[in-house]
Amino acid sequence: MNNFNHYYDSETTRQVISVIVINEHNVLSRIVGLFSARGYNIDSLTVAPMSGTEYSRMTIVTTGDKRVIDQIVKQLNKLIPVLRVNEHKNVIEKETVLIKIPIEQPLSDIEVIARAYNGHIQNVTEDAIVISATDEPHRIANFTNIMNKFKPLEVVRSGVVAMER
Amino acid sequence: MRITGAKMVTESLKEEGVEVVFGYPGGAIMNVYDEIYKQSFFQHILTRHEQAAIHAAEGYAKSTGEVGVAIVTSGPGFTNAVTGLADAYMDSIPLVVISGQVPTTIIGTDGFQEIDAVGISRPCTKHNYLVNKIEDLPRIIKEAFHIAATGRPGPVHVDIPKDITAELANFEYPKEVNIPTYKPTVKYNKRQLKKAMDAISKAKKPLLYVGGGAILANCAYEIRELAEKLNIPVVETLMARGVMGHDHELLMGMLGMHGEFAANMAAHDTDLLISLGARFDDRVTGRLDEFAKKAKVIHVDIDPASISKLVDTNFPIVGDLKVTVQGMIDSASEMEFNDYSNWVSLLRDYREKEPLRYNDSDSVIKPQWPIERVGQLLGENAIISTDVGQHQMWTAQFYPFSYPRQWNTSGGLGTMGFGLPGAMGVARGNKDKVSINFTGDGSILMNIQELMTCVEYNLPVINIILNNNYLGMVRQWQTLFYENRISETDLSVQPDFKMLVESFGGIGYRVTTKEEFDTALNDAVEKKKPAMIEVIVARDEIVLPMVPNGHALNEMTLLGDSNE
Repeated sequence: MNNFNHYYDSETTRQVISVIVINEHNVLSRIVGLFSARGYNIDSLTVAPMSGTEYSRMTIVTTGDKRVIDQIVKQLNKLIPVLRVNEHKNVIEKETVLIKIPIEQPLSDIEVIARAYNGHIQNVTEDAIVISATDEPHRIANFTNIMNKFKPLEVVRSGVVAMER
Repeated sequence: MRITGAKMVTESLKEEGVEVVFGYPGGAIMNVYDEIYKQSFFQHILTRHEQAAIHAAEGYAKSTGEVGVAIVTSGPGFTNAVTGLADAYMDSIPLVVISGQVPTTIIGTDGFQEIDAVGISRPCTKHNYLVNKIEDLPRIIKEAFHIAATGRPGPVHVDIPKDITAELANFEYPKEVNIPTYKPTVKYNKRQLKKAMDAISKAKKPLLYVGGGAILANCAYEIRELAEKLNIPVVETLMARGVMGHDHELLMGMLGMHGEFAANMAAHDTDLLISLGARFDDRVTGRLDEFAKKAKVIHVDIDPASISKLVDTNFPIVGDLKVTVQGMIDSASEMEFNDYSNWVSLLRDYREKEPLRYNDSDSVIKPQWPIERVGQLLGENAIISTDVGQHQMWTAQFYPFSYPRQWNTSGGLGTMGFGLPGAMGVARGNKDKVSINFTGDGSILMNIQELMTCVEYNLPVINIILNNNYLGMVRQWQTLFYENRISETDLSVQPDFKMLVESFGGIGYRVTTKEEFDTALNDAVEKKKPAMIEVIVARDEIVLPMVPNGHALNEMTLLGDSNE
């Protein structure tokens, strides 16, 4: 029997965590500082106030083995301004991307592809068009990859928001 | 009535029943110091360095069980305090540390003596606050004391801008704390406790592995009762010295890197490790994948994050240790347990065959000897602090600790320079005891300026320097693991310690024989003045037993294996 199998239990998984925190000075840096001080990954982080309350919701996507994820949840719970930490199992995840593409590129092709990813053209100027798409994070990653061949001038991703089904 | 923020600070400390504050004034905290001057509720002790103010508050807190309080100014005042905060954080010591900050109008402009204090203290405090509005100040101080002392204790930092200490507002100190996001678990889960007790009743070789949490939770006597009731042997961590009392027949000693053979073998052989307020520090476990390899694990801790952090736990129990151990005692009354007397006598045999020992000498004082000697002469009448290094390990090994809070050391962070200011806090909080600080010739120079504080406030700390002209512990590792390359650890160039302490107004002794040591110690105890006894000890003594880094606990180097 061996209690200390973390040396062998190294399978890395992706985990979506939401953290409900009191809106107060320094709270974001407390959360981020915890991740950096303990060497945990943040793949994506989004924050917004929860309407009608004094709380904010942070959605954090992280990766690590089981022990690391377990520690992240426990250490987050230890922070004084943290009300609740949810380790999501079955969630709807969405991410938005904004991409600016030079006007010389084949616009009709771009629009067709964007529509395939629930996206469309948001704005057109003399020099460039901006398209946006909101979809599951891995599809947004695909979409951004495909759009690379149209020589984008700028790409902005929002980070993941998630909700339990 | 409208009062200033500065007066709110002193009034709040009065409300909290604070009787002593350690600190150092400066520009940004002057309004508070002006109020300190006017009040008579608590004593302010002016240390000579902010780091020492925090260590003194730690020594006071550890030895009395109260929350320690320190006040420092902004910028360098605060940055000097950071080592103390980190030390208290690692050892879970309840402190409230108040710092001045530049006025709110200056914050963010790189003003004179401005530093992002809450940014710096965040990773080394349990919680921290920057006071933005004077109206928040009483609530924040109330919360700070509550957070520091409850759950897993720890230091809380409150940073107050200067303009807020000058502003006026109505003062009402809150009677209760209500932080919706902070509700530490006190009561254990009954089903988990039942499962754990069942596991104990079926085990053949159970072992209580007791950590510093036992002292913080004031449950040493409950642990003794539990051990006696079930006849289960006990091992203590460095931080738990004093929980069982040195002469208790169920105590198998301290475990870990410099632990006793019996204690380490107990951890190696046990089939059920019952961890009470301990956190599986690497200095305790040795090679982790070999630690308590044959055992299932019961882990009781108030901090859920400590459970299964390093070791997979079969029976986790989150709760206050005192409440939980009492629950275990109550539950044990209705159960039958195996007879563990063979297991206890096996470990007692180990202890007899391989006791802690050293080869004494007639020609030179061995460093272990003064520690044993103080134990013989003062025993329970002394509260023992140490600095960090070989002398610390020898003290943990050879001093006969009899009760909790008799032992004051820097465990988690291992802060050289902790001893003298820490012992100062002990002396202030325990006037009926002798405050002894065992220190090394390296450590003592790190906060030597505090001799001045000891003299000014007549805090009769007796510093016993075990002088081997080395940074001994680092030299020990250089000898054992770096082919004897003594890189920058030879401290042959030294002050005259006797003259040094006398120049501060204390009493100095330099001893080279056992007789001289006895005379010096008796004299220092009698005179009740700050003192320093420099003991010239054997230069090359190493701390044994030892589990070399990266080895398992049963792979110990014992005294008989060495060339000493």
